[in-house]
Amino acid sequence: MATLALARALNLGLRRALESDPRVVIMGEDVGKLGGVFRVTDGLQRDFGEDRVMDTPLAESGIVGTAIGMALRGLRPICEIQFDGFVFPAYDQIVNQLAKLHYRSRGTLTVPLVIRIPFGGGIGAVEHHSESPEALFAHIPGLKVVACGNAADAYTMIQQAVACDDPVIFFEPKRRYWERAEVDTDAPLDQAFPLTAARVVREGRDVTLLAYGPSVKLALDAAAAAAEEGREIEVIDVRSLSPLDFHTISSSVSRTGRCVVVHEAPVFLGFGAELAARITESCFYRLEAPVLRVGGFSIPYPPSRLEEHYLPDVDKILDAVDRTFSY
Amino acid sequence: MTVDSLHHTVAPADAGPADPALVQLLTPEGQRREHPNFPLLLDDAAIRDLYRDLVLLRRFDTEATALQRQGELGIWAQVLGQEAAQIGSARALRPTDMAFPTYREHGVAWCRGVPPEKILELFRGINFGGWNPLEFRLAPYTIVIGAHTLHAVGYAMALQREPHNDDAVIVYFGDGAASEGDVNEAFVFAASYNAPVVFFLQNNQWAISVPESRQSRIPLYQRAKGFGFPGVRVDGNDVLACLAVTDAALQHVRSGQGPFLIEAFTYRMGAHTTSDDPTRYRLADELEKWKLRDPIERVKAYLSRSGLADAEFFASVDVEAEALADRIRSACVSMPDPDPLAMFDHVYADGSPMLDAERRSYAEYLASFGEA
Repeated sequence: MATLALARALNLGLRRALESDPRVVIMGEDVGKLGGVFRVTDGLQRDFGEDRVMDTPLAESGIVGTAIGMALRGLRPICEIQFDGFVFPAYDQIVNQLAKLHYRSRGTLTVPLVIRIPFGGGIGAVEHHSESPEALFAHIPGLKVVACGNAADAYTMIQQAVACDDPVIFFEPKRRYWERAEVDTDAPLDQAFPLTAARVVREGRDVTLLAYGPSVKLALDAAAAAAEEGREIEVIDVRSLSPLDFHTISSSVSRTGRCVVVHEAPVFLGFGAELAARITESCFYRLEAPVLRVGGFSIPYPPSRLEEHYLPDVDKILDAVDRTFSY
Repeated sequence: MTVDSLHHTVAPADAGPADPALVQLLTPEGQRREHPNFPLLLDDAAIRDLYRDLVLLRRFDTEATALQRQGELGIWAQVLGQEAAQIGSARALRPTDMAFPTYREHGVAWCRGVPPEKILELFRGINFGGWNPLEFRLAPYTIVIGAHTLHAVGYAMALQREPHNDDAVIVYFGDGAASEGDVNEAFVFAASYNAPVVFFLQNNQWAISVPESRQSRIPLYQRAKGFGFPGVRVDGNDVLACLAVTDAALQHVRSGQGPFLIEAFTYRMGAHTTSDDPTRYRLADELEKWKLRDPIERVKAYLSRSGLADAEFFASVDVEAEALADRIRSACVSMPDPDPLAMFDHVYADGSPMLDAERRSYAEYLASFGEA
C-alpha cells in the first residue's frame, strides 16, 4: 500500500505497463524530457529511452494516426493528448479509423491503442482546457471509453486499458491529479476489478447518484452531507461509459427508486441522457421520480471566473436529490 | 528575392510530360529511353509479365464497371488510365513490404495477390474488403482521403525498431489528398523519424471535379523538398519508369535514408466513380490527348517492334483476360448477401456485453417473424 496522488498513480501504472510489455510505447507532445504538462509521464523517458517514450511533432492527428500504424505492426501505443480541447484535430483518426479498423478488416486487424485525455474543468484554465467531450467518444461503436475517479483506479485502469486489445479512450480527471489516496501497488492485475465494470463506492437506500471522473468525489461529498440530514445516498462510479455496466446501475436504481446523474459536460445530449433513458426503459415500475441530471449548461465552457457557476457542485447535487423526493 | 522572382523559380503545376524533370523510360510511342539515375533492371520476360498485368487489370476494371451498370455493384471506382502507375510501383515491392491503398488501388491489390473477387465484395456491399491485410500485406482500402498515410508512417516507424528487418512501406494517395492535413502531418512525422516509407502520389489531375491546379501552385513532387526528403516526378503512364523509380525509392528507404516521394504523373481516364459525370467539368479534348499516352499501348508497341513478343503472345493474354472477366462476373453475381447478424461481428476484439445484448435482441426480433 502507498498513498499516492492520482497523477503519480498513473505514472506508476504507466511504468508497470512499460516494464511488463516491450511492445508498449508512450507518445505525445512534451511527454519525454518534460514528463508531460501534468508530469504524468515524469521520468519515464529517462528510464525507458526515447524509443519507448517519444516526444512527437505537435500534431494530434499525426500522433493518433501514426500510433494506429504502429499498432498495426504489433506495438501497443499510449498516446497522450495534452488537453481535452486538443483532441479534435485527431477526431477523424479516432472516429473513422481507430474505431473502425477492426470491423473494416473483419477482425483480422486489432488496434490496441490507448488515448489518454485529461478532461474537465475546475482548474482556472483558459479556453479549450476544461472540456468534457466524453459523450462524443462513447457514441462511437468500436471505442471503449473509461474514466478514472481516484488514484487507486487510475493505477489499475491505465494498465488494464493498455492490456485491452481494443482502442480505449482514457479520461483522466485533471483537477483530481493532485488528490491522494491509498493504492495497492502490489495487487496482481489479473485479479483486479474489471476495467469495464461500474463500482458502488458508497451504499445507500434512498437515492442513487451516478458519476464518473471528477464528479465522483462531488457525489461522495454530497452523500456525506445528505447523511447528516438522515438521507442515505448510494454512489456509483460508472467508470466505463462504453461498454456500460448497466446491471450494476439498474440493480441500484431498482432498489432506491430515485436517481440523479452528475457530469460536467452539458446536460443536453450528454451521457446522462443515455443513462436516464435506459433507466426509464428498464426500471420504469420501480421509479418514484424521473431521473434527474446535474451538469453543464448549453454554453461553451465559460471563462474561468465563471466556472463555479457552470460546474456541478454539492449544493446543485443535493438540490436535485431533494427534487427527486418532491414527486 | 522578390515575390515575382520567387514565382519564376517554380515550374507551372501542369508542366506534365514536357517537364524535363519527368522520368520516362518508355515514350508514348514505345521507344525505350535510359535515365542515369533510374536504370531498368528487367529481362524481356518480366516486361511481358508487366504487359499481362496491365491488360488483365484493365479487363478486370472494365468488367467491374459493367457489373455496376447492371446493378451488381453499388458503385465502382475505375482505375482506367492509372494501370502503369499501380502495376509498376507494386511490382517493385517485396512480398514482405507493406502497402497502404486508397480506394482505387485495384492494380496494387492485383500485384499483392488479392483475388479481384475480394475487391468486388467491397463495392457490392458485402463487406469493407474481403482480404486479410496481414496475409496479402495490403491494408484495407481507405475511403477517407489521406488518413492512411499516417498509418503507413506509423507502420514504418514500427518496422524501424525491428533488428535486421529492412522491409519498407509504400502508401498510395492522390493529388487531392496532397491538400489534406493528414498527408502533410505524415510528411512531417516520416521526416522527423526518418521512417522507411515511400509516398506514392498518383497525380491523376482531377479530385473528382477539381483540377490539380486548385491543390498546388508547384509541381507536387517539389513539396518533398520543403519537408526535407527527395521527391521525383515519373511518367505515371510508363510502367517501366514507375517500376524503376519505385525500386530506387525502396532502396533509398531500406538503407535508412528516410522517406521518399514519388509523383506519378498520370490521368484518370474514367470518371471518379460510376456515380460521376466528367462531362460537366472537363473537355473531351483532354481525354483524347491522354489516350495518346495510354499506359498499355506503348508497352505493346515496344514489345512488338523490338520482337520481344509475337501475335500469339498478345492473343493468349487476351484469352486470359476474357477468362478472368468471366470468372469475376460469375463470382460477383453469385455472392450471397451476408447473414444479418454478421453485422454485429468484429466491432470489438475483447467483446462488449452491451453489444452482445443488442445482437440477442435483434436475433429474437428476426426469429419472431419465423414463429408467426
